[in-house]
Amino acid sequence: MTEWLNVILQGVLIGGLYAMFAAGLSLIFGVMRLVNIAHGDLIVLAAYVALMVTQTLGLDPLTSLLLVVPAMALIGYALQRLLLNRTLGDDLLPPLLVTFGLSIIIQNGLLELFTADSRKLQAGAIEVQTFQMMEGVWVGALPLIQFIVAVAVIAGLQMLFYRTALGRAFRATSDDQAVAQLMGLDTRHVFAMAMALSLAVVAIAGVFLAVRANFDPSIGPARLIFGFEAVIIGGLGSMWGTLAGGVILGVSQAVGAQIDPGWQLLAGHLAFLAILAVRPQGLFPKVSG
Amino acid sequence: MTKTISRRTLVKTGIGAIAAPAMFGALPAQAQTATIKIGHVSPKTGPLAGFGEADNFILEQVRGILSKGLVNGGKTYKVEIISKDSQSSASRASEVASELILGDKVNLIVGSATPDTTNPVADQAEINEVPCITTNCPWQPYFFGRKGDPKKGFTWTYHFFWGLEDVIGSFLALWDTLPTNKVVGGLFPNDADGNAWGDKERGLPPALAAAGYKLLDPGRYQVMNNDFTAQISAFKAAGAEIVTGNMIPPDFATFWSQAAQQGFKPKIVTIGKALLFPSVIESLGERGNGLTSEVWWTPNHPYKSGLTGQGCKDLTEAYTKATNRPWTQPIGFQHALFEVAIDVLKRAKNPTDPKAILDSIIATNYESIVGKVQWTGQPVKNVTKTALVAGQWQRKNGKSELVIAENKTAPNIPMGGKLLPIS
Repeated sequence: MTEWLNVILQGVLIGGLYAMFAAGLSLIFGVMRLVNIAHGDLIVLAAYVALMVTQTLGLDPLTSLLLVVPAMALIGYALQRLLLNRTLGDDLLPPLLVTFGLSIIIQNGLLELFTADSRKLQAGAIEVQTFQMMEGVWVGALPLIQFIVAVAVIAGLQMLFYRTALGRAFRATSDDQAVAQLMGLDTRHVFAMAMALSLAVVAIAGVFLAVRANFDPSIGPARLIFGFEAVIIGGLGSMWGTLAGGVILGVSQAVGAQIDPGWQLLAGHLAFLAILAVRPQGLFPKVSG
Repeated sequence: MTKTISRRTLVKTGIGAIAAPAMFGALPAQAQTATIKIGHVSPKTGPLAGFGEADNFILEQVRGILSKGLVNGGKTYKVEIISKDSQSSASRASEVASELILGDKVNLIVGSATPDTTNPVADQAEINEVPCITTNCPWQPYFFGRKGDPKKGFTWTYHFFWGLEDVIGSFLALWDTLPTNKVVGGLFPNDADGNAWGDKERGLPPALAAAGYKLLDPGRYQVMNNDFTAQISAFKAAGAEIVTGNMIPPDFATFWSQAAQQGFKPKIVTIGKALLFPSVIESLGERGNGLTSEVWWTPNHPYKSGLTGQGCKDLTEAYTKATNRPWTQPIGFQHALFEVAIDVLKRAKNPTDPKAILDSIIATNYESIVGKVQWTGQPVKNVTKTALVAGQWQRKNGKSELVIAENKTAPNIPMGGKLLPIS
């Protein structure tokens, strides 16, 4: 019994990581209907930025977030303003293709710069710190921090969306771009801010991923699928839904693995398909199609 | 406009016609500088890029040696090596191999690193009847992965590396040096290597059982796994003191930090593939100390290159000097692959004829930088084996060093130290 409890708990904690992968995706899809195929590679890019920061300044990975998050946000703003804004239009395909190309460019650029070496961020003793909740149920310090940060990020995004002028601008552009423009909103700037915010979340996700496990230039796409699934389960454009999606995915994978490790990913995909079949709009949809 | 033959054209053509016999006369001389083309496929980008990392260094070295040409039977041939990137994908490897064979018309094709490269390259060579030499992939995934029949074997494709039985032998010999409860947790992914290692008939399970070890195999997991809780709780419940398997570095790192977070502390952790590269061990920090792995090749191996005369240490030092990077185990095999290819071409009766090259491969008896390469029909017709031992990453003066901790399986390779339990 406690064994199952432990497995489910670890699944929930990993759900936080999936939610962070997904939040950025959900955000930009919600605001500008852009499916960012390069999202996974941007997570890896953030990990490399963090690697450079920790190595040159000797900072702790978690402290390095103070630099990595603004740096990635800046990259996001520039990326949207200079490149992706030009691809947006009535057709979904051009941005899809451009981000696909971006994914390949980032992977090979990182390979040239950093070689194929497997890297990891060193967080020191906190990596292995753990406490025993009860007999057989262990909670690692790092997964717990990761989950708390994920919840904080989601809560922060939700606040931003519904309580601030920027959030209003996001929602307005999302609802009707033409009218938002008539009301004096510069949609190019709004989109760029959304991408900046998305990459700020990506930066946090990237650092946690890089502390958890090794990374190399090619791992981005493999991590992306869970982000997409969490977005779909939770419902497009909904922040709390994204967290719920991440947790559902994490727990179903954990339960699947407990039955047989071969079923781990399958169980996650099945949960995803089941929800897609029963509620195609996701659990808490904010945007329709 | 009608074409009329001007006096000038007539004169030019006439001269050409007079000169023609002289040109035909020159043909044999041209044959002396004929070009032999070697096609090479390896992963230079993608998840397997670590295996192809030394390629540029090795290719530069080999091309330097071949710049004077290759002498065979008194004739000097020009040798051109065309190297292509498999992008770590089996379908891409197959595509570039077919380009090399059909487009570039290579005389010999060589390939290296994991079943994802060796198998599609060898398959293309076999279909198109081009001689092929591969390395750097355990022989079972190479041979049985290509649906090889031990009774018949393949015609055009040959391979040198070690096999699972060597891994099992050296892992067991390593574990025997420490007292444990002999309960082993197995981590096998659902990929070519993982399925071969965990195979109930040919893999680790029967061999470990025969040696008195109890192997706990929770089942195949998907690569790029985010959660090993299920496996860790199973190992903890069974009281496993040894963990083994075949993993990729990101999966091992995930497993290893989760193991610590879940309070699982095995005495010995011996993992294939993930722990080969010094960069991976460095990335694990303190937690990399004491991990154990199979060892194919080190600078301390007692072999010499027949091509450059370099010893193993000379080669790795040259590599470190040229690239400013630590040595890795594939370097020796990348070098040996070209050594063997050049030796084969030197001995071939006609180094541009596929059948003659094949005969020469079959007759190979060569001392390379990874040891002797000679296809004797053991373990199967198309495979010959190189030595395999096991080693432990030990921290010495703040740097991780791979220390050979077991040489029962290949006593000619010197021991570097004793196996220490993970503290």
